[in-house]
Amino acid sequence: MKALIAMSGGVDSSVSALLMKEKGYECIGCMMKLYDNEDAGLCRTRTCCSLDDVQDARSVADRLGIPFYVLNFKDDFREKIISKFIKSYENGVTPNPCIDCNRYMKFDKLYDRAMEYGCEKIVTGHYARIERVKEGYLLKKAIDDTKDQSYVLYSMTQEQLKHTEFPIGELKKIQVRKIAKENSFINEDKPDSQDICFVPDGDYVGAIKRLSGKEYESGLIRDMEGNIRGHHDGIIRYTIGQRKGLRISSDRPLYVCNIDAENNEVIVGSNENLYSKEVHVKNVNWISPWLISDGMKVKTKIRYRQKEQSAILNLSKESDDEATIVFDEPQRAVTKGQAAVIYLEDIVLGGGIIS
Amino acid sequence: MSKNIYLDNAATTAVAPEVLKAMKPYFCEEYGNPSSAYEFSGKIAAKVEEARKTIAESIGAKSKEIFFTSGGSESDNWAIKGVADALKEKGNHIITTKIEHHAVLSTCEFLEKHGYEVTYLDVDDKGLVDLKALEAAIRAETILVSIMFANNEIGTIEPIAELGRIAHEHGVYFHTDSVQAFAHVPINVDEMNIDILSASAHKIHGPKGIGFLYIRNGIKISNLIHGGGQERGRRAGTTNTAGIIGFAKAVELANAHMEENIKYETALRDRLIEKVLEEIPYTRVNGDRINRLSNNANFCFRFIEGESLLIMLDQKGICCSSGSACTSGSLDPSHVLLAIGLPHEIAHGSLRLTLSAETTEKDIDYTIESLKAIVERLRSMSPLYEDFLKNKGE
Repeated sequence: MKALIAMSGGVDSSVSALLMKEKGYECIGCMMKLYDNEDAGLCRTRTCCSLDDVQDARSVADRLGIPFYVLNFKDDFREKIISKFIKSYENGVTPNPCIDCNRYMKFDKLYDRAMEYGCEKIVTGHYARIERVKEGYLLKKAIDDTKDQSYVLYSMTQEQLKHTEFPIGELKKIQVRKIAKENSFINEDKPDSQDICFVPDGDYVGAIKRLSGKEYESGLIRDMEGNIRGHHDGIIRYTIGQRKGLRISSDRPLYVCNIDAENNEVIVGSNENLYSKEVHVKNVNWISPWLISDGMKVKTKIRYRQKEQSAILNLSKESDDEATIVFDEPQRAVTKGQAAVIYLEDIVLGGGIIS
Repeated sequence: MSKNIYLDNAATTAVAPEVLKAMKPYFCEEYGNPSSAYEFSGKIAAKVEEARKTIAESIGAKSKEIFFTSGGSESDNWAIKGVADALKEKGNHIITTKIEHHAVLSTCEFLEKHGYEVTYLDVDDKGLVDLKALEAAIRAETILVSIMFANNEIGTIEPIAELGRIAHEHGVYFHTDSVQAFAHVPINVDEMNIDILSASAHKIHGPKGIGFLYIRNGIKISNLIHGGGQERGRRAGTTNTAGIIGFAKAVELANAHMEENIKYETALRDRLIEKVLEEIPYTRVNGDRINRLSNNANFCFRFIEGESLLIMLDQKGICCSSGSACTSGSLDPSHVLLAIGLPHEIAHGSLRLTLSAETTEKDIDYTIESLKAIVERLRSMSPLYEDFLKNKGE
């Protein structure tokens, strides 16, 4: 059986490739080229791609004796991920491009490629697990809770899960590094990637301006009562719950509570104003619908780095792809555009976009 | 992978055994620096000059007009930057084409940032430069016309003698990047009105890292690589003796067999092109069918991506290329295919197969067979093809 390994040049996908090879798969390594250095604000003359990562991945593939290819997905990435990223911020919404990338790049375009090349499996270095049960496939949290990435995978379908393997989902990060070291992988002590890949310096405001080629208009900052409290330099600079960069003198701390893109205004309020008990989600994907019932007790994460919170799941009567989540405790800074991912124990039931 | 069929000879070639044999003594035995004074090195200097003569004569030039470089890119850089600098009092305008190799295009872009003006001539749907367009583009400030001899992607051979004549009629220097053509087709710098010519060894079964720039006697050109007095003070850097000896051997072999190689490769190439067109529908050949390098076939297969094609051919042991590969090995739609008027999505489905005299009929037949099966498979999975069939049925 053949497997297509999505390699990033990092240690997780490298060890994944090794584990698949040990399982007896005929492996093909590949790296998705998603953007040019200029798009990521890096010097063009330095390399033509993220060449260091390519070299690391190629070195590992060579060590494993598997072929390695770089796949050019720049056009699709620009259209489906970067454009949406920019548009979201312009609409006062804070997106999670990694979720979109998994959905539209890894488990769609790359999946199609795997099928073209006659591969049964597509393999990534995500920390998550897939389990076969009689009703179908379950997506589960990783063994290593500190590394769990199941949140960014909630949009996977049964068909995709059937053809996907996450070989390191059963391992702790420390074990993964140990395996890399034992096999003298060139990247054994390479640091974990942190930010959004095409915003390597974390300056997403600069990235949006560079990628869209636009300047963003300044506008008013109002409080919850509608009073003008100051001016902002473009709504793309703000996200819900943000305190920094408001430049308003006030006797109590003020936070961004809402972004009114239509009027180009930022609405501020106190910390208490940030809390809400209910979250409405749309574009819902249910991975394991046989486990779902209206009014069931679930756990939910409304951002990547958050512990799951106890809640009740209320399904929508009108629409299959909408739902409301009522938390036991009010949640701070519920942010439009982020994903709410719903768990039952360590199983990802599905999730949707906060609206 | 059971087979290994190499059909990427435009990228690089295998070093011929005779070339390697000729080079060998210059590593461990005759390793002296030809610039040194003692007899040990003097002998080597004489061999280098013999090699220079062989190469010069192969294009109808004189020995003192050949300057060894590190290869095609350096030669192109030197030609363009060197003339731009030497003639900056005369003018700041350079004419080239849209289908040049990046060694020329990026050099021109660099000069544009430094106050030079560059005209990038269009080509027709076969990749040919229009003589009238060149004539019309020449201005009083024009200092250089740089047009490639043969295109590296689609194999089209430009009307070099006529282009050179037009440049000369206006008193403008004529440079040609002949990396793909040198020692593949007969070249005579006098008859073809060439003032400056770039060439490289590794495209003709010579070693990598050695090339030359032909500079007609009397042409004004500044140095690019500054340092010691090698190459008669024109190009610094310790002489690459083994490379030069190997280069000359490769030229000797290429010239001795040029006619038969052209005949052999042309027959194989035409067999490949005709069979592919016959057996695989919705396919086009890019480039000129007549004015074409004997070893080049370039196709576009509609509804599929060249990248997938390439990977699946590689899985079958067939090496070829698609678009232009960057350092990472990832592929972008080729600027050449866009320049001959192909839309972006069709340019993405391109495939270049470049043969050599070592390619056999069996290789070609196996390739055609594999190509047919792979294109069929990829189309059967292509949503573009599905849409096309649907629309066709209506």
